[in-house]
Amino acid sequence: MQQEILLDGMECVYQKPATLTDDYLHYCPGCGHAVAHKILMEVVQEMDIQEDIVGVAPVGCSVFAYNYMNIDMQEAAHGRASAVATGIKRVLPEKYVFSYQGDGDLAAIGTAETIHTVNRGENILIVFINNGIYGMTGGQMAPTSLLGQKTSTSPYGRDVEHNGYPLKITDLVAQLPGAYYVTRQAVHTPNTVRKFKKAVKNAFEYQKLKKGTCFIEVVSNCPSGWKITPKETIQYLEEKMFPFYPLGDLKVPGQSKN
Amino acid sequence: MIKGTVLINSETCKGCELCIVACPQGSLSLSQKINLRGYRYVELSQDNCTGCTNCAIVCPDAAITVYRQSKQQYKKAV
Ligand SMILES: Cc1ncc(C[n+]2csc(CCOP(=O)(O)OP(=O)(O)O)c2C)c(N)n1
Ligand code: SF4
Ligand code: SF4
Ligand code: SF4
Ligand SMILES: [Mg+2]
Repeated sequence: MQQEILLDGMECVYQKPATLTDDYLHYCPGCGHAVAHKILMEVVQEMDIQEDIVGVAPVGCSVFAYNYMNIDMQEAAHGRASAVATGIKRVLPEKYVFSYQGDGDLAAIGTAETIHTVNRGENILIVFINNGIYGMTGGQMAPTSLLGQKTSTSPYGRDVEHNGYPLKITDLVAQLPGAYYVTRQAVHTPNTVRKFKKAVKNAFEYQKLKKGTCFIEVVSNCPSGWKITPKETIQYLEEKMFPFYPLGDLKVPGQSKN
Repeated sequence: MIKGTVLINSETCKGCELCIVACPQGSLSLSQKINLRGYRYVELSQDNCTGCTNCAIVCPDAAITVYRQSKQQYKKAV
């Protein structure tokens, strides 16, 4: 990071990464999408790969990710980001390639693309932002919504009889032989953000070594869809989301579960 | 204690308060003032910031820049 001398001779120890544009983020206050964008771009800056990386944006609240990440980006049709990333990586194998997808995008409409991309072991990173809801369209139930979770399409709470079980798609993809590194992270506290950043770095290092698919789930928040304040989402994550979506590595190199 | 300080961009801050929760020093608070987009924004309200960067790390809107005394400066001061 650039060290500026200013303010009584104090040095700058943290500033917004230059790899984020100056566009005003359209996200709601406290939205985890914005933290995830920032950390991805910090890694791009620290690895000095701004010219060597292509991202694929999804449909969902992060549909405008390309306005904020100051790198080459491509928008994909809903759910197809990992398929589009596959194509880009195959044509430009020397570029770092990642898809960035919400839970509705990756685990509902895009389930087939997600599973087959990982099963083929495409040498890309998939960043999966799981906020347990369709944020963009008004807080409808997602495949990942928790049992009992009230959403605009499950106003009395998700129940098994009507809605089936929440889908742990990350556990599912960890079983696939093409998956090289699968981890579940969060971005709601300084420590979890630091761990997420380390995971992103690991994933890009593995991609450089052509190891196969890396998959990082971020158990994120959606204050607007959950209808609570950003501060309250911290407690909701810890009490409701993490017990069902426990943080940590699901598959690390050398420790294959297959 | 090493001294630090933060600069907060009052126009990009959305008043989510996640930085307030993350600050171990209790240095930050929500201002009564409102920015152009209609959000109350966060201000440094105590003179006890250590420049730990926790607030900036969790800020979704990358609104916080953090400064800290260098080790040499700190040694000179004590
Ligand atoms: C083919 C198609 N079907 C449905 C939609 C409507 N739609 C837009 S975003 C979205 C779900 C978004 O949820 P998620 O992927 O979890 O993203 P979030 O907004 O929560 O980050 C849906 C169903 C669409 N745009 N295109
Ligand atoms: S609706 Fe939810 S996911 Fe979308 S920007 Fe708002 S808080 Fe973030
Ligand atoms: S740098 Fe650390 S001590 Fe200073 S305001 Fe931020 S969180 Fe608080
Ligand atoms: S975390 Fe950022 S956007 Fe949220 S209140 Fe603090 S400075 Fe403002
Ligand atoms: Mg979602």
